[in-house]
Amino acid sequence: MKRFLGFIKKEFYHIFRDKRSLFILFGMPIAQILLFGFAITNEINNVEIAILDYSKDTESQKIIQKIKASPYFHVANEIANEKAIESEFKIGKIKAVLLFEKDFAKKLQTEMKATVQVITDATEPNIANTIANYTQSIIQNHQSQKSTVQKNTTGVVIQSRMLYNPELKSVFNFVPGVMTVILMLVSAMMTSISITREKELGTMEILLVSPLKPFQVILGKVFPYIFLSVINAIVIVSMGYFIFGMPIKGSILLLAVESILFIITALSLGIFISTISNTQQTAMMISLMGLMLPVIILSGFIFPIASMPLPMQVISNIIPAKWFIIIVKSIMLKGVGLEYILKETLILVGMTILFIGLSIKNYKTRLE
Amino acid sequence: MSISVQNISKSYKNIPALQNITLEVNEGELFGLIGPDGAGKTTLFRLLTTLLLPNEGSATVANYNILKQVKEIRNAVGYMPGKFSLYQDLTISENLAFFATIFGTTIEENYDLIEDIYVQIEPFKNRKAGALSGGMKQKLALCCALIHKPKVLFLDEPTTGVDPVSRKEFWEMLKRLKQKGITILVSTPYMDEATLCDRIALIQEGKILKIDTPQGIVDAYQKTIYEVTSNQMHLLIEDLKHFPSYYSVFAFGEFVHYIDLNNFFDSETLRNYLKAKGHQSIILQKTTPTIEDIFMDL
Repeated sequence: MKRFLGFIKKEFYHIFRDKRSLFILFGMPIAQILLFGFAITNEINNVEIAILDYSKDTESQKIIQKIKASPYFHVANEIANEKAIESEFKIGKIKAVLLFEKDFAKKLQTEMKATVQVITDATEPNIANTIANYTQSIIQNHQSQKSTVQKNTTGVVIQSRMLYNPELKSVFNFVPGVMTVILMLVSAMMTSISITREKELGTMEILLVSPLKPFQVILGKVFPYIFLSVINAIVIVSMGYFIFGMPIKGSILLLAVESILFIITALSLGIFISTISNTQQTAMMISLMGLMLPVIILSGFIFPIASMPLPMQVISNIIPAKWFIIIVKSIMLKGVGLEYILKETLILVGMTILFIGLSIKNYKTRLE
Repeated sequence: MSISVQNISKSYKNIPALQNITLEVNEGELFGLIGPDGAGKTTLFRLLTTLLLPNEGSATVANYNILKQVKEIRNAVGYMPGKFSLYQDLTISENLAFFATIFGTTIEENYDLIEDIYVQIEPFKNRKAGALSGGMKQKLALCCALIHKPKVLFLDEPTTGVDPVSRKEFWEMLKRLKQKGITILVSTPYMDEATLCDRIALIQEGKILKIDTPQGIVDAYQKTIYEVTSNQMHLLIEDLKHFPSYYSVFAFGEFVHYIDLNNFFDSETLRNYLKAKGHQSIILQKTTPTIEDIFMDL
């Protein structure tokens, strides 16, 4: 035990004396959360739009008021004719133009049908799409309010309700995602690098010719990273909770246990990588190409798995991150208990056992 | 017998590194493996420290079998690899404390063993190992290999890349360790260090050429060696090679060492030959063979 503690102490010296790894360990999670939280987002706020109102009657004014009142839009100016639309877009300040046709109110009264055109600048397709959806929903909302007042029940009114994330906040998607990426990075990449570093520097040769058992060496290498990963998980979840208002509806204990399980899965993957690579560079390349990219692309963190082509969906099943993201979202957003995420948990346990088994099989107690 | 190697062979992917090696090292002996780079010295060390498995043959270290008693051997030996293999980002004292801990001992417990060496690097004990000079690195590595009081010490080229003064100091340290009863197997590519060992094995291309005391090897050498200089050193070797009874010639420091086919040849004939070739201020005299001479001849 004393030997083991001595080993861990040495490992912490390595980590705290290497500025690069310290930065990856503690700078990355915070930077990523802030980046995803504030910069990379599909939400719109205070988008500048222009109004072209040919009718200028009560009905169009009401809708314009509604638009103005919403936090999503800011009416920059009102323009007089359609020719001005093109030049407004070219200036680039406004992202959309709302065009009310002539006799808007009258048509609505007599024909029960009037047109509002939403013209958007689709050079940024995501934003254009969102603007169109938001304006549509504001107008629909206005219509439905009116129709209930007038007891006018013609036509079908669609009511949609977004469960678990009613405001469709992207923060609810990326906190679990970033947590998964960071834990994978810290646990798998850092451990595989730190083990291969011993091989590369020749110190593994001395460690092998010592009474330390192989599993003591590996556990000693891995233990500090379990500790640091747990701290990282806590930092990420609290930043999500306190800064971005992400709810934690389920049990925090369950979340902690599942996180530790995922950390162990990632560590066993890191150990496995270190058994098949001899240099830090190979370990880093395998970790980055083999782990980080699939975690980001195939885990459902950024691109929804359901909209991937079938082969990709199948491949995504072998990505541990996919299952962990499901687990975290279920606990934090839906507040479910273990019985609902039993399958995902068992898959992670199975993967961990597989990687540990492969590592033991591959681990060399000699040099070749 | 502290180390006993029986007919060991080892090859890497069909390239033989060691062929049918047999040697024995007595307890408390300072035994030298002398040979050029690529002779198989490191492979032998790795076999004996259980880092590699032999293709054929067997060996014991401190009476433990290298094939079956791996754990026992790893507790009983100290190993200093040829490449500096300590933690460069840890200080001298941290490195030493770490190796003491993983061997289940403390610096204090075996301090008497390393004291002579450690006092020399102690003034720098808070300096990181990566920032040490070559000589100090080797002293630290030796301390780390000794900290658990091993019965057998394996030193793979400990003086390579170390300045002459530190090399001398290092060998004095080895002599003192020997007096404390530790068996030492040391390898070196430097022939001049061979005379500092109790016994040596000359090794080349994976084969052992000779095992004896350094003096025994020199005494057994039959040929007479002449050292030669002249005012035209660059031509001297070429001209000597064209002497009718030439056997071997090679540069040796400021001299050229010449061996004739005929052990009792008349050196005056050679002197006249060289004069005729235009050499002046010729020195031509017998010299005692060194290990290097013998090695070149083998």
